[in-house]
Amino acid sequence: MTDINVKPGMRESATFDRNTIAEIQRAADTGIYDIRGFGAKRKVPHFDDLLFLGASMSRYPLEGYREKCNTSVTLGTRFAKKPIVIETPVTIAGMSFGALSANAKEALGRGASAVGTSTTTGDGGMTPEERGQSSKLVYQYLPSRYGMNPDDLRKADAIEVVLGQGAKPGGGGMLLGQKITDRVAMMRTLPKGVDQRSACRHPDWTGPDDLAIKIQELREITDWQVPIYIKVGATRTYYDVKLAVKAGADVIVVDGMQGGTAATQDVFIEHVGIPTLAAIPQAVQALQEMGMHRKVQLIVSGGIRNGADVAKCMALGADAVAIGTAALIALGCNHPKWQSEYEKIGSAAGFYDDYHEGKDPAGISTQDPDLMQRLDPIEGGRRIANYLRVLTLEAQTLARACGKNDLRHLEPEDLVALTVEAAAMARVPLAGTQWIPGQSF
Amino acid sequence: MRTIDITHQSVRDLNQALHDQAPECTEREWKVLNPAGKHNIACGLDQNLSVDIMGHTGYFCGGMNKKAHLVIHGNAGQGVGENMMSGSIRVKGDASQAAGATAHGGLLVIEGNAGARCGISMKGVDIVVKGNVGHMSCFMGQAGHLVVCGDAGDALGDSLYEVQIFVKGNVKSLGADCVQKEMRAEHLQTLKDLFNRSGIDEEPEAFKRYGSARNLYNFKVDNASAY
Repeated sequence: MTDINVKPGMRESATFDRNTIAEIQRAADTGIYDIRGFGAKRKVPHFDDLLFLGASMSRYPLEGYREKCNTSVTLGTRFAKKPIVIETPVTIAGMSFGALSANAKEALGRGASAVGTSTTTGDGGMTPEERGQSSKLVYQYLPSRYGMNPDDLRKADAIEVVLGQGAKPGGGGMLLGQKITDRVAMMRTLPKGVDQRSACRHPDWTGPDDLAIKIQELREITDWQVPIYIKVGATRTYYDVKLAVKAGADVIVVDGMQGGTAATQDVFIEHVGIPTLAAIPQAVQALQEMGMHRKVQLIVSGGIRNGADVAKCMALGADAVAIGTAALIALGCNHPKWQSEYEKIGSAAGFYDDYHEGKDPAGISTQDPDLMQRLDPIEGGRRIANYLRVLTLEAQTLARACGKNDLRHLEPEDLVALTVEAAAMARVPLAGTQWIPGQSF
Repeated sequence: MRTIDITHQSVRDLNQALHDQAPECTEREWKVLNPAGKHNIACGLDQNLSVDIMGHTGYFCGGMNKKAHLVIHGNAGQGVGENMMSGSIRVKGDASQAAGATAHGGLLVIEGNAGARCGISMKGVDIVVKGNVGHMSCFMGQAGHLVVCGDAGDALGDSLYEVQIFVKGNVKSLGADCVQKEMRAEHLQTLKDLFNRSGIDEEPEAFKRYGSARNLYNFKVDNASAY
């Protein structure tokens, strides 16, 4: 938005700023709420508000180019006969075929496999391209059960029971008619072109007691071979994590409000859930109180962008992280080379979030055959692998600086906060003090 | 015939024995004694087996069934035959809520009544209920047939996609976008075939047909009150 027409003396309302005015006028024009993709765009306390305390006199650093720093993590050690070993603690979050093109899903699988980590299906089931190119594939078990079948369930390396996601905790999904092509319709048993609604809660169980039985069913069907994850959107995280452990989860995935979506009401994305930063300490506290920290692994997602974010999540107690939006950006989403194309659909590189419309110039969040061809799955896989390697190297750099030879040895004591809000949420001291808001010392 | 008594063996033992039949069937006839309402009995089968369960079952009996034919000689708990792909399940007694939830194929016959949300999000299964069904049955039903020989509770077929619903008795209320439709010759034939397959003695002409008005398939602001 340009300020070229703003002259001295013209004062913009903080309450009714230009975005607010535009939204009121858009609502009046159309009579429907704004639907978009991406995650929360409002500024919330985040990992940028934390800093590492590198080693000095009181701590002993590791040599960055000589000494090992382990990044491998085993997920699902609680009950599964075949836990998953990932070589980097950065996984690819669940994103559906339907929301994404087949080429995009294949690229994610290729990239993840190249660095020894996992990728995840989404609403709509498992595609052969995705299974074929993913050495470690997590199969999401969602309320809609679109495309859900026991054959694919048994092909999975883990099962993720989705109770919610950070962009819309308490909400179901939607895939608008323009993306329901013949193939998507067939996989989801829906008429072509309808607006597909995904239920917000599972159809055959309610509450944690039922969930425990459901998890047992999934274990029975897969003969207790693979880990079972439970994914929740970050809200009442402390209680949700305790209930998930009680229900029998091997792994818990907590998705903060910055986590992305393919299509959700803007009011939902921006006004429901808590920041990822605030959710991690709640989850870790719950696990520690139950004596299950590191026994039930914790994966954190929602706004992970770089190796510093990865390392900070690990320091706060996560075992691994998952990336979604960042992976799409690595594939080419919002790339400046598509600027003229973004302008044609009323957007701009760096702002594009209308994933639901299926017109993505980068060929990622679309089912349009011509647009899809713009994304080469092999090149896309290489970009994802590159990006995952950078995240890993960056996280290792920070861990070594803190004297840790394993990413999971990072700890809250290695962190301080830049703001009072971040200190309170992350439960680490405000930089230069010993003060953690809400805690006496 | 092989008999497994749940009093002496666990559900895990039972299911593993049944799953071991998937690659090669060495024993087609099975009998399960003393199920005693236990959960997840005979789920995930993937072979043309005949399994008689001699009593009541808990949650998710026959879940994700493929090819196998189950008979529950008692009542079934929540989610019987959930996500079934093929084969058949017959419940001699009543079934709790969410019977046949999200099931993609096969035949589910309930000789008694079914609770709430029978056939919720069904995706191709055929369900025949000799008695009544509870509220919100066939909610978001996508494909297949639901036949109710008794009455249906509130909000039948709410947010329906393409399931065909047939009810002989009273419907307390229809859900959003579910309407009564004309019963044509092909529908009478469909019903006749379903009764033949399920062994239920009913006259197709006594039933009414319900389906989606398809008004909510794509969002229109004029329909906002229905959401």
